[in-house]
Amino acid sequence: MSVAAAPTVRRSLRIVATGVRRQPRWFAAAVAGSTVYGVMTALTAWAIGKVTREQVTPAVEAGHATSGQLLATAGWVGGVVLVNLVAVVVRRIAAGYTMYDVAAAYRRDVTRQYLRLPLAWHHRHPSGQLLSNANADVEATWNVFAPLPMALGVVVMLVAGIVQMVVVDPVLALIGLGVFPALFLANAAFQRAMSPRATRAQQLRADVSEVAHESVEAALVVKAMGRESEETERFATVSHRLRDANIAVGRTRGTFDPVIEAIPTLGTLAVLAVGTTRVAGGDLAPAQVVQIAYLISVLAFPVRALGWVLGELPRTVVGWERVDAVLRAQGEMRHGEERLDGSGPSHAVLRDAHYSYDITTEEGEEARSRVVHGVTIDVPAGSTTALVGPTGSGKSTLANLVVRLVDPERGDATIDGVDLRRAARGEVPGTATLVPQQTFLFDDTVRGNVALGAPLPDREVWEALAVAQADSFVRQLEHGLETRVGERGASLSGGQRQRIALARAVARRPRLLVLDDATSAVDPTVEQAILAGLRQSSAGTTVLVVAYRMATITLADQVVFIEHGRVVDHGTHAELLGRCAGYERLVTAYAREAAERAAVAGDEELAR
Amino acid sequence: MSTAIGPAAHLGTVATLRRGFRLSPEIRRGLGVTLVLAAVTTVGRIVVPLAVQQTTDRGLLAPGGPDVGVVWRTVALASAVVVVTGTCAYAVNVRLFRASESGLATLRIKAFRHIHDLSVLTQSTERRGSMVSRVTSDVDTISQFVQSGGIALVLSLGQIAVATALMLVYSPALTAVVWLCFLPLLVVVRQFQKAVGRAYTSVRERVGDMLAAISEAVVGASTIRAYGVEERTAARIDAAVEAHRKAAIGAQVRSVLAFSSGQLVAGLTLVVVLVVGTVLAAGGHLSLGELLAFLFLVNLFTQPVQQATEILNELQNAVAGWRRVIGVIDTPADVADPGEAGTDLPRGPIEVEFDRVSFAYPGGPTVLHDVSLTIAPRSRVAIVGETGSGKSTLARLLTRLMDPTSGVVRLDGADLRRVRFSSLRERVVLVPQEGFLFDATLLENVRFGRPSASEAEVRLALTELGLEGWVDALPRGLRTEVGQRGESLSAGERQLVALARAYLADPDLLVLDEATSAVDPSTEVRLQRALDGLTRGRTSIAIAHRLSTAEAADEVLVVDDGRVVERGPHRDLVGQGGVYAALHASWSAQQRGG
Repeated sequence: MSVAAAPTVRRSLRIVATGVRRQPRWFAAAVAGSTVYGVMTALTAWAIGKVTREQVTPAVEAGHATSGQLLATAGWVGGVVLVNLVAVVVRRIAAGYTMYDVAAAYRRDVTRQYLRLPLAWHHRHPSGQLLSNANADVEATWNVFAPLPMALGVVVMLVAGIVQMVVVDPVLALIGLGVFPALFLANAAFQRAMSPRATRAQQLRADVSEVAHESVEAALVVKAMGRESEETERFATVSHRLRDANIAVGRTRGTFDPVIEAIPTLGTLAVLAVGTTRVAGGDLAPAQVVQIAYLISVLAFPVRALGWVLGELPRTVVGWERVDAVLRAQGEMRHGEERLDGSGPSHAVLRDAHYSYDITTEEGEEARSRVVHGVTIDVPAGSTTALVGPTGSGKSTLANLVVRLVDPERGDATIDGVDLRRAARGEVPGTATLVPQQTFLFDDTVRGNVALGAPLPDREVWEALAVAQADSFVRQLEHGLETRVGERGASLSGGQRQRIALARAVARRPRLLVLDDATSAVDPTVEQAILAGLRQSSAGTTVLVVAYRMATITLADQVVFIEHGRVVDHGTHAELLGRCAGYERLVTAYAREAAERAAVAGDEELAR
Repeated sequence: MSTAIGPAAHLGTVATLRRGFRLSPEIRRGLGVTLVLAAVTTVGRIVVPLAVQQTTDRGLLAPGGPDVGVVWRTVALASAVVVVTGTCAYAVNVRLFRASESGLATLRIKAFRHIHDLSVLTQSTERRGSMVSRVTSDVDTISQFVQSGGIALVLSLGQIAVATALMLVYSPALTAVVWLCFLPLLVVVRQFQKAVGRAYTSVRERVGDMLAAISEAVVGASTIRAYGVEERTAARIDAAVEAHRKAAIGAQVRSVLAFSSGQLVAGLTLVVVLVVGTVLAAGGHLSLGELLAFLFLVNLFTQPVQQATEILNELQNAVAGWRRVIGVIDTPADVADPGEAGTDLPRGPIEVEFDRVSFAYPGGPTVLHDVSLTIAPRSRVAIVGETGSGKSTLARLLTRLMDPTSGVVRLDGADLRRVRFSSLRERVVLVPQEGFLFDATLLENVRFGRPSASEAEVRLALTELGLEGWVDALPRGLRTEVGQRGESLSAGERQLVALARAYLADPDLLVLDEATSAVDPSTEVRLQRALDGLTRGRTSIAIAHRLSTAEAADEVLVVDDGRVVERGPHRDLVGQGGVYAALHASWSAQQRGG
């Protein structure tokens, strides 16, 4: 085997070994079946040589065949064929189990990582790529299990075949010994030429998938802006690159396939020529020449399974590299041992918190962009605190810090005095609940989306829906609580999705409820009703609310005004109105606007 | 009216292939030459049996001892044939690859384009992941089939034909025996193929389910963490992964059984040929060389038959994928571009007219009842109403994202269904609540509104909207990467980008569907003023639940339960004490904090 291909082969063998450890029994069964198959295939030529010599030739020479001769012929060849068949069935089914079981195991592992890794990691990886890692890349890695057992059987077959040749005639065996290494070499050269092209095609398949994903998700905007042609152009560009890469793969295959096919054919022809010469020299019987010729032709096809395995190996390596990158990704949120087992409303504090996002510049460099600068916020137990600030001032990041969706870079976040980094797994979500700005619903029923798997009685689900002002529209749905909402709640409107998400939070009876502008898609009267409902039902809850609306803000015991990732001021609404100009400008914007308009209208009327 | 995307399940295998070929004309281009070359290639495959027969009968068993000269000449000739046919094989490979990959790229792009041409309603009948798989993994399946099986299939069929021809020359009787052994197989294989085909269709469906489940873990990452439902999500993914594993193994077992039936027949044929051949040879009807050649030929015959069985199984898999792609393309775009036959809207302010328009979602209740209204050119109209009252439906009908169930929407007197999309999308722009951002820079995202705009024009647009301060505060200004789906920005910031994008597009009719719902009040007021100035002389329609927008509008339309119940300027409506007055009272109370 060529030296250049060796690293890939060695690497991929290690990867294969990793896979085998996940499913050793099925793999062993497949290899066992394949071993029997290898021996039996080589024995087919031997059986045919045997019956030709012992039964057929005498019968032909005698000018008539006895039933004993025919029975022996059928028995020997038929027996070998049947055993071989059973072995092949075992090999293939067991190989299927190995391949799909290992792939399923890795899909579970990869998706576990998706659930385990922090949000910052998710933000750095396009979702199309992550889907492709869990699907196509896992498949590419373990597809090798389809031809691998057969290839191992072929090795056995070759050993059996070569032994047979040596026993029959060492000179003809030399031809066999030339043919098989030549096949190996051709295959190795093929793999070496193929590997970079296959890698490129695989990468481009992922690119095509990424563009398709983004564009389909953007479908509404694309349509509303009439950009179908531009998007198609963008997709066509990557599709054409993939096409060219696939054609390059085809050209490589087209170059090597005929060569690999010609080698055993030429070998067989050489056996005939040399064999006849040996027969003329009296060293060999004619039937033995035919036996070896037959052997090479029988073995030539399965030998290609070695080529298939070698062909899969580059894909295995590339697929594995991508899968392994996910599996090895670090940055999992660590959890401590402490419990948040208080009862009643929680006391949440952010102390001198800093936070930056990882960004990638146009030049592809990693950089960090700081969005929160030394923020301290104290949310007393049982209070309602409003977080107010202009768009892009860092409020959502603060909300995420409070419920530990992200950890501060510096400073800390605590609930009831416990540093959230030291809280045990599940403690924070069990205590504090965030309703994010961007609603996410699961492709599940309304009940499933509200209860999220908790065994809540109907009554509690309905109560939560009522608080979120979602009960009446849910009642009108065809199957009520059991209505499936579709992928990401596609069958509901934005406002309806928000209310289901709100009900989901209420149903958990959190001790700290963080609302990140969670009613933006709901109209004012409904929002008022929701706020009233929350006040009644959340007597035991501390509330932190990101809000713009005065009604929400004035419900708050305390207002924290944020600008450019810093706390500008905090106090009651009245205090801030009196002393903080920025705050005043922000919250009274609508009222001032209305007053100005009224004044202008008044002037116009006076002027008439 | 709206159609769900189907798998085109009604198409049989042959019909699917024929339709697939028609959609990808490149596949058929030059196919004749390729097939001739393939025929030459297959001749190379009978070289060995022919050489064996010649060697045995005229060389090894030549009267008067082995004739070495004849054998060496035969072998030399045969080797030359191998070289020639090998060259043909190369040409066949390259030609087929080029044709099929070009054809599949065309198919992929057509399907992709068609997804965008489908109406919003049709798009929403299928999960995004599943729709994406129709232009990605489904096409990849076909491509992989062509790469691994398609060429082999062509060569296999040729090989069967050539092997049969040579067998007939040697012994018609023994050829008949071989074929008789195989005929039952063809029947059995067909049955198996159907079962295998169904199994692979099911595998593809399970792949779609699995992708959808996995995408929840990716797209819903923050919700899953906020609610600590990692385990529940994991359980849902596991169920989908397991269903896929089971389906895949089921398909594998069926395909193995189908393959084994071929293998069994191949083995039995070999036995029968040996036995019958021995009898024939003993009777002097066949030379020993011919009998031996037959053993090679049976191999040449059974190997491609088995291979073809297997390839046909793979073909089923590819056909299932092909069917799904064709399913997209064959789904009628029910909100279709009239194209050449349509009319263009002249530039200038647009008048909007709803003429007895009703709308119902397919199988759902009517959400708009017989709405008739006219919006004068140059007017700024606000549409208000409770959630679910039908406001957004109005916006979607107005921009022809959907067509009314009955009645007509007209722009400048032209039936919207007759207006060319190129004209419509240039003149009328909708800004939805969640304006999707692409994983690119801020500059590129704004430029999406008008791809020809220069950077200076983009900057000017942002300045005119009063957003230059915000842009400059971003880490890299206009060059800031917004992340996938714009996730590096807040929801409010994403709305600013979407608005700037629409502004840059410079439409004559601007429709804002809660386009500033996540923006802070002072920014919103600033934007509102900027837009007021800029939309002067154009028609603008804003759907909003913040009534500040309504206060500023020339006219307010109040929608309730699918009907326009009130309309008029803000001041008049407040005085009327109706639905609007109540909404407004509640809104002002909120602003005062009451």
